[in-house]
Amino acid sequence: MIRLNVNGHDHDVDAEPDTPLLYVLRDDLALNGAKFGCGLGQCGACTVMVDGRAVFSCLTPIALLPGRNVRTIEGLGMNAVQQAFVEEQAAQCGYCIAGMVMRAQALLEHNPNPSEQEIRDQMAVNLCRCGTHMRILAAVRRAAGRGVKS
Amino acid sequence: MTAVLSRRTLLAAGGGLVVAFSLHAQEPKRPGSLKETPSLDAWIRVAPDGRVTVFTGKAELGQGLTTALLQIAAEQLDVAPNRIELITADTMRTPNEGFTAGSHSMQDSGTAILNAAAQVRGLLCDAAAAEFGVAADTLTTADGLVHAADGRAIGYGELAAKLNLHVDATANSPLKDPAAYRLMGTPMQRIDIPAKLTGGASYVQDLRLPGMLHARVVRQPSYGATLLDFDTGPIEHMPGVVKVVRDGSYLAVVATKEWQAIKAMRALAAAAKWQETASLPDEATILDTLQALPVKDIPVLTWQAQAGAPVKRLKARYSRPYLMHGAIGPSCSVAQFVDGTMTVWTHTQGVFPLRAALASLLRLPPDKVHCIHTQGSGCYGHNGADDVAGDAVLIARAVPGHPIRVQWMREDEHTNEPYGSAMIAEVEGAIDADGRIVDWDYAVWSNTHNRRPNIGGLMLQNAALSDKLPVPPPAPIPMPEGGGDRNSNPIYALPNARVVYHFIPQMPVRISALRSLGAYLNVFAIESFMDELAEAARADPVEFRLRHLQDERAKAVISLAAEKFGWSAGKRGDGRGFAFARYKNLAAYCAIALTLGVDHETGQIRLGRVVAAVDSGQPVNPDGIRLQIEGAIIQSASWTLYEQVHFDRKRITSFDWSRYPILRFPAAPDSIDVYIVPRPGLPFLGTGEAGQGPTSAAIANALKDAAGVRLRQIPLSAPAVKTAIGV
Ligand code: FES
Ligand code: FES
Repeated sequence: MIRLNVNGHDHDVDAEPDTPLLYVLRDDLALNGAKFGCGLGQCGACTVMVDGRAVFSCLTPIALLPGRNVRTIEGLGMNAVQQAFVEEQAAQCGYCIAGMVMRAQALLEHNPNPSEQEIRDQMAVNLCRCGTHMRILAAVRRAAGRGVKS
Repeated sequence: MTAVLSRRTLLAAGGGLVVAFSLHAQEPKRPGSLKETPSLDAWIRVAPDGRVTVFTGKAELGQGLTTALLQIAAEQLDVAPNRIELITADTMRTPNEGFTAGSHSMQDSGTAILNAAAQVRGLLCDAAAAEFGVAADTLTTADGLVHAADGRAIGYGELAAKLNLHVDATANSPLKDPAAYRLMGTPMQRIDIPAKLTGGASYVQDLRLPGMLHARVVRQPSYGATLLDFDTGPIEHMPGVVKVVRDGSYLAVVATKEWQAIKAMRALAAAAKWQETASLPDEATILDTLQALPVKDIPVLTWQAQAGAPVKRLKARYSRPYLMHGAIGPSCSVAQFVDGTMTVWTHTQGVFPLRAALASLLRLPPDKVHCIHTQGSGCYGHNGADDVAGDAVLIARAVPGHPIRVQWMREDEHTNEPYGSAMIAEVEGAIDADGRIVDWDYAVWSNTHNRRPNIGGLMLQNAALSDKLPVPPPAPIPMPEGGGDRNSNPIYALPNARVVYHFIPQMPVRISALRSLGAYLNVFAIESFMDELAEAARADPVEFRLRHLQDERAKAVISLAAEKFGWSAGKRGDGRGFAFARYKNLAAYCAIALTLGVDHETGQIRLGRVVAAVDSGQPVNPDGIRLQIEGAIIQSASWTLYEQVHFDRKRITSFDWSRYPILRFPAAPDSIDVYIVPRPGLPFLGTGEAGQGPTSAAIANALKDAAGVRLRQIPLSAPAVKTAIGV
């Protein structure tokens, strides 16, 4: 058993310690937000926050996580970032979007007023194949303009 | 009788031609998919409590289809969109509308629902008229109620309870006056977006059924590889492993949890021994290899007329490599085999054809296979969606009762999906002293663009299973839609032209339909060559296009894009490029103007401002149209600048995003603005693939403007640009 704190709640998880967080979130905790995209740290579809930083849940074994705080899109409620994504209609298929929101959330918590270049550089890790980039950038700018709480 | 008038006859007959010919008194055709599925209740049902259910055989692929269809139904029925339930592609519930592909959904399903909804509303009004004893044309409808002039009102549910909607639609419908539309033509927020932003269960990947197990496949490492030996020893004591499934060279493993299945698959793969053959051609010379393969020649068109004397003649060859769909979420499916019936949750583009393919793969009658469309990651054509359903059913048959969830690994998707065909186009054109094109010769080489499965032989697994089904030969898609020849017929009014499609049956690499099919290369070639001819004629590229066009809607779209871009103000700093196409010459019109800069040190292209204009006929969700065009521009820019499937003599070597890079945020354009030419009341024109072609040529044309080099081979990669510039 490994104890994980996800979105403010403790969970005792029965999984092998090398299991990447992604599979525990999806299979054991039934959370849909983090997605499998590559399992290689190349696409960001699996992005969640650990202790306030954006991480690839596909590469983070749960053995590293006891005592840390994991946050997923389910833990945001419908906050300023998500709201901004709705207002910009920043999704086509949407498969990449939860990861985008989590990376944007982490970015804005650390840098409430990022420049356009900073937004693009930070978001560069996350791939979108539908070409929703302009909407996503607009949503991040919009959320930044409103202030994002951690 | 059928009257066939050749273009030549028409041109030769001159301007004042009056054609009179008789036709059999023909029944007018039902619109859209009502032709194949005429019954009104196949599309719309009204429950006694007034709840409305709308059915479509098309699927949400991330293109916003469900929202647009709801807008249409709500508009014509006068029921709020949030009071309508929409059921999408399901072999037991919805009409069979084939594939959700080719930008056909609005034309087929949108048109069917538009007309069915109007007819249902008409029948409800007739029923109310009888009830109230007044004339139907004195009644109005609003929010699910029929109102009489005297204030009486009656609900749709009450009326529908006495009404038989199991009747065939008529050819004509009492459609609303487009001027009175309140929903169609007005932006509406997508209904699927909130769940996607909050971790709702939106995708087949998110299905969690009771008793569900996870499976992974040890894929053949190369086309046709034979499994010589494998060892289950390493996985026998792994926690959670339930079963190994093997049939010929097909090897899969089932486990309780997903990570357990992945670890077991990797252990099995490490111990598996394969025999591979060097079946792939040399990547370095692939275009020449393809061009040298036997072809079937398909004449596309021949135009002949009087024209000015040619003074300049140009010739060019354009090409594209194999391109990948590259879904962000690898393909996934869940299947469950209970009492001889297979239920399949799938993000296929065609539940009915897939049902046929799976039934033949399983040797089951089609009515024992039930395919339910469930959203997946965007697919952009025929990717791994169907094949992963093949995995799910084969494994589910071996573990009856349990739902089996299979998601491909990244390398499975990258190396097994059917790619978009590499293609070559050769064009020769001549202009006269007035700068008019007087001659045009165009030839295009391509594999098929359609290997979508409707029989088991076309499924990926067939190559691995011991008992193989026959594989049908590849076939070209006939014009006017075309496959490799899609959009090879120029939209420009040219007096003399010959277009031929050299269809290549032999496929060295597994290929199928990729968004816009051959249109991507044909528009790249035609619109690049239009700029080359314009330059030879010392003409402005926009004006040069306009002078060769007769289609007023084409001219309007070009003019709008040029005006919004500020084309007439001339070049300012960066390079600028323009391109235009009407998708398939029968769907949406799209013109694109853009700027770009070139880093002369690296050859890197940096996209600046992009302006697009589009005519989609009657717009339904204008924001959805804009989003589709924005997406097409970015995806096409990625294809055009970066993408190419790599392989050695045995294997596909583009096995992940590091070996097949695509556009990332820093390379996105500075801005994209999409303007819509509204055409109230005109037929819907499919928009999903309209931006693909024009984007590629606008980039090549802007590169020429920026750096003085003309690149004709996609991708316009940084090394290629650097070499061309010669610094
Ligand atoms: S799934 Fe984790 S980075 Fe792609
Ligand atoms: S919206 Fe489809 S991958 Fe980003």
